[in-house]
Amino acid sequence: MSGDNRYLGLLYLSPYILGLLVFTTLPFVVSLYLSFTDYNLMSAPIFTGLDNYIRLFTADRTFRKSLWVTLIYVFTTVPLKLAFALFVAVILNYKLKFINVFRTAFYVPSILGGSIAIAVLWRYMFADVGLVNMALGMIGLEPVNWFGDPVNALFTITLLRLWQFGSAMVIFLAALQSIDKNLYEAASIDGAGKWKSFVHITLPLITPVIFFNLIMQMVQAFQEFNGPYIITQGGPLKATYLLPIYIYDEAFKRFDMGYASAIAWVLFVIIMALTLIAFWSSRHWVYYAGDKRS
Amino acid sequence: MAEHALASLSAELDDVSLARSRDLRRQRITTVIRYTVLTLVGLIMIYPLVWLIGASFKTNSEIFANPGFWPSKPTLDGYISGWKTSTPYSFGTFFLNTLWIVLPKMIGTAISCTAVAYGFARFEFPFKKLLFATLIATLLLPNVVTRIPQYLLFRDLGWLDTFLPLWVPSALAGDAFFVFMLVQFLRAIPRDMEEAARVDGANTWQVLVFIIIPLLMPALISVCLFQFMWTMNDFLGPLIYISSVEKFPVSLALKLSIDTTEAFEWNRVLAMSVLALTPALAVFFLAQKYFIDGISAGGIKG
Repeated sequence: MSGDNRYLGLLYLSPYILGLLVFTTLPFVVSLYLSFTDYNLMSAPIFTGLDNYIRLFTADRTFRKSLWVTLIYVFTTVPLKLAFALFVAVILNYKLKFINVFRTAFYVPSILGGSIAIAVLWRYMFADVGLVNMALGMIGLEPVNWFGDPVNALFTITLLRLWQFGSAMVIFLAALQSIDKNLYEAASIDGAGKWKSFVHITLPLITPVIFFNLIMQMVQAFQEFNGPYIITQGGPLKATYLLPIYIYDEAFKRFDMGYASAIAWVLFVIIMALTLIAFWSSRHWVYYAGDKRS
Repeated sequence: MAEHALASLSAELDDVSLARSRDLRRQRITTVIRYTVLTLVGLIMIYPLVWLIGASFKTNSEIFANPGFWPSKPTLDGYISGWKTSTPYSFGTFFLNTLWIVLPKMIGTAISCTAVAYGFARFEFPFKKLLFATLIATLLLPNVVTRIPQYLLFRDLGWLDTFLPLWVPSALAGDAFFVFMLVQFLRAIPRDMEEAARVDGANTWQVLVFIIIPLLMPALISVCLFQFMWTMNDFLGPLIYISSVEKFPVSLALKLSIDTTEAFEWNRVLAMSVLALTPALAVFFLAQKYFIDGISAGGIKG
């Protein structure tokens, strides 16, 4: 809208700018500062330099365990979820009757997402005498000790988030439906089979949404809190004590704000590093239609 | 000659129809496989929810003895005693609290995000690129780093144990995703009508209210619905900021009920879980289209 005051746009943005400064930028800086202090809410923060970080990386075995568990959780959950979402989206992409019924059924669990009621449901489903063990019994399998065994306990959280593959699926489906069908016809005339067309046509064309889903799911998985907090309470033997729970306990149960901030910053740096690696690598594998580079 | 030609033609036709029927059979088999896979996945998706509903009408002894949906002796006991809770408040209070968190948040989000998206999509101003880049960055920024200072800020403002920490950031367009989504929608809308209105002497505010907002309605509905779901499901926010039980939303009340319910009273917790999911499920089934359109347009979350 030419002829307007060139600051008019900023006026419309003013709520955003205010919020950005007060609730994001300022806390961001304060958080970094707090991570170098000892602060228990009682007295003013005491600057202690790198003490918190030194303690984290040399003395704190809980932190090491928690970090390890978090990395395992993210690196299993995210690839499995994306692969599954893509697999189902590809099946749904054919013209089938009742497709909307299926699409809805697959999407419902995602929309209920982080609901505590769903975490409660999971807790009862995987109990010793819960639904899952009853079902295993019916097909003649031994019951599994889901919450007593560290590996199984973490896996129940992974299963919960896999169950919620629906929103990644919807995004994949939208991308699949925008692919020009002529490309497949041309390929099949050239003698390409289904698998070949998938690898050489479908996959390259949907790399932008694979990339998008990867980043969003990763950032989200690193911040998983509700699942392990309700379902396993971080146990057994801290096998599901993901970093966000550790941060919460340090900050809001032990009121060790400085130390909690340091853990938060380590988590933040890991997420940022992986995001940057993903962005950097995307130049080599993400294909944008009409992109001059390729 | 003619006979020979006819014979070879009919042989060829036989080949063609053989190939065609082979194709058809193969197609039918893949269709069957597809439906089988989809049905199996669909059952796994839905059965936990169906089981939950059935279990909420079972007696405590039956919940862990019968994996089926139908209760053998249906009882409302879980709902009646669960609703009362072990606190002085009933789930009625907790539902009203949730509503009282959700409504202002939805309204604040819709108003502030619309104004900001309008600013980004239709105006040129200093630092526009930088501000839009920060918007994208906040989409990716894990809020784990800002949570502690935000808590300290709200404590200094005296806002702890009120709903203000939950309301105010949203009213200041704090959910970058929604702004981003609305900007995407606005960019796809042609500007002809706005320009015509401007020629007729409307100011930018009138253009926003009388032209942009009606056009943006479907997107705004998506925004409100997503905010409704996310806020209903939010647990960490209230967990940090709300400390008195009388102000608990449903999510905290459910957590409290698993902590305080004595052993062998599962049906109360399951019944209240069903109630906690009901508003979200009802809204989803009434407005599926907006969710799926919203998520494929902005593409996010869950």
